[in-house]
Amino acid sequence: MTFSAELETRFEKLLKSYPAGRERAAMIPMLMYAQDEIGSITDELVEEVARRVGVTSLQVHEVVSYYSMLHRKPMGKYHVQICTNISCLLWDADKLWEQATKKLGIGHKEVTADGQISLEEVECVGACSWAPAIQVNYDFHHFVTPEKLDQLLDSLGKKQ
Amino acid sequence: MLYNEPSPLETRILSRRFGLPNSAALDTYLATDGYQAFRKAVGMKPEDIVNEVKISNLRGRGGAGFPTGMKWSFVPRTSPKPKYIVVNADESEPGTCKDRLLIEYDPHQLIEGCLIAGLAVDAHKGWIYIRGEYRYLIEIMDKAIGEAYQKGWLGKNIQGTGVDFDLYTHTGAGAYECGEESALLESLEGKRGVPRIRPPFPAVVGAFQCPTILNNVESICAVPPIILNGGQAFADLGVPKAGGTKLTCLTGHVNKPGVYELRLGFPVMQMINEVGGGMRNGKKLKAFIPGGSSCPLLTAAECEGATMDYDSMAARKSMLGSGGVVVMDEDTCMVKAALRIMRFYAHESCGWCIPCREGTTWLRKVLIRFHEGGGTREDIDLLGDVAKNMLGRTFCPLGDAAALPTISIVEKFREEFEDHLNGRPCPFEHAREAVLV
Ligand SMILES: Cc1cc2nc3c(=O)[nH]c(=O)nc-3n(C[C@H](O)[C@H](O)[C@H](O)COP(=O)(O)O)c2cc1C
Ligand code: SF4
Ligand code: FES
Repeated sequence: MTFSAELETRFEKLLKSYPAGRERAAMIPMLMYAQDEIGSITDELVEEVARRVGVTSLQVHEVVSYYSMLHRKPMGKYHVQICTNISCLLWDADKLWEQATKKLGIGHKEVTADGQISLEEVECVGACSWAPAIQVNYDFHHFVTPEKLDQLLDSLGKKQ
Repeated sequence: MLYNEPSPLETRILSRRFGLPNSAALDTYLATDGYQAFRKAVGMKPEDIVNEVKISNLRGRGGAGFPTGMKWSFVPRTSPKPKYIVVNADESEPGTCKDRLLIEYDPHQLIEGCLIAGLAVDAHKGWIYIRGEYRYLIEIMDKAIGEAYQKGWLGKNIQGTGVDFDLYTHTGAGAYECGEESALLESLEGKRGVPRIRPPFPAVVGAFQCPTILNNVESICAVPPIILNGGQAFADLGVPKAGGTKLTCLTGHVNKPGVYELRLGFPVMQMINEVGGGMRNGKKLKAFIPGGSSCPLLTAAECEGATMDYDSMAARKSMLGSGGVVVMDEDTCMVKAALRIMRFYAHESCGWCIPCREGTTWLRKVLIRFHEGGGTREDIDLLGDVAKNMLGRTFCPLGDAAALPTISIVEKFREEFEDHLNGRPCPFEHAREAVLV
């Protein structure tokens, strides 16, 4: 598999970040950074990472199935993650979730037909004091109101 | 830009650089006493560094509150194995969002803390394990680490002192359980986040089977000020047996939610009413979580006279926890709150041991049934029973973390469960069916 030059540099650095013989430690960061580039954890990627860190594909699959941010299927171009955990719930995050599902016509871990937006109801993302919070890919949105969510989804629907 | 206005009632020690222009830059750090504590520590005997941390009465800020100096003293400094420093920046305890700020605004303080910890136990390598969702913090941390290498504050022969230290970031990939220290170490090694049996503790057998200091971000960030100003000065800020300040994340129904650095021992009601600007919409306080959703809840009456420290919370059969304060007003449905909390633990249970895996699943199911109006009187006792049977019977503390808040809610707000049965279903709003599995 070929990756961008930046990603290759990152991989090279990662493989040197752990004690000798412990290259397996680079597996999860490699999967995360590669997923950002190619969109999901494909079988091909699993094999490639397994080869590079020196384990079997099965050992990589076993890890992939544990972590909630590693996706076997591609999410939308803009992955909208709405936290409904306790601090956000107290600021009506469940209503935001309902608003988003209605507006987009998709549910948990589903993608719009044009592949533009996906939704996920997530656990606490570490923005509790600025609730309710949403993450779009890795960007945080704090103090989200129904109006702000509406505008956000409109703009993501059109964004290149 | 800060996420919330600071409060005049804060005591800003760890957060004193928050809000400075370019606060994350090395130049800013150096201009504000940065790396002076490291210079001082280089001239100290390792046991004196550990001793200073002991004198400071610093207790772990990740949730368990274990005395940091004591933990460091368990590391066999003279072991022929390499020793490592691992910083826990997994920050996933619901209600908690403070380590994020310590990294975003002052990454060099964390680097300096790692260097000093390294001197204390003769470690020359460390990793900062950052939750995957905090990708922007990994970029900030990597940039700060890069700058430190470039200017000779990391790497070989740091500033001509003869000290070597390498530091790396390591991303998580979405798993609350990986905040638990031994699961974190498994994850760091490229495995599923299933905890390890203890003893041996990480201080003796930690990362890559080597002795390891594993601390929360805030604990490590407290080390430079402790070394620079002396352990006693830090201890004096707090209460007996618990020194210093705590970054407190005020969340929920207050007018001014935000992260505030408060002295240990700060009165709960003053925190809500003055720091937090009082209850939102002038409502009454109903329930209070002191430090993340794993803590037993307090009623409004129990908050009277309570202070934000380990002993005051222990006296109320709760815990100071991680600093994630959750304030709930009189309109909050406690059945719904219990359900949301349990959905989290059921989702995050790693599945390794049965009492936790099955216990959280069944508690979640019973709470869903209850909240949807299909509960029975026996269910109320069943909730308490199942939760109590999990206590102390799980492989790691996540089981207790799930059981404790449930037990406290069922005991302290039993009448709300009864109201749900007596044809007065949820007086508030119905929860929709749970989505997360
Ligand atoms: C389920 C679970 C999740 C935890 N999550 C975190 C976390 O996100 N951050 C953290 O620092 N400690 C967390 N802890 C506590 C760690 O196990 C450990 O006690 C702590 O990182 C030690 O550092 P300290 O002594 O500086 O607090 C968690 C513990 C459990 C049982
Ligand atoms: S208590 Fe829960 S999280 Fe901990 S080992 Fe058991 S199943 Fe896993
Ligand atoms: S509860 Fe939503 S970000 Fe923490």
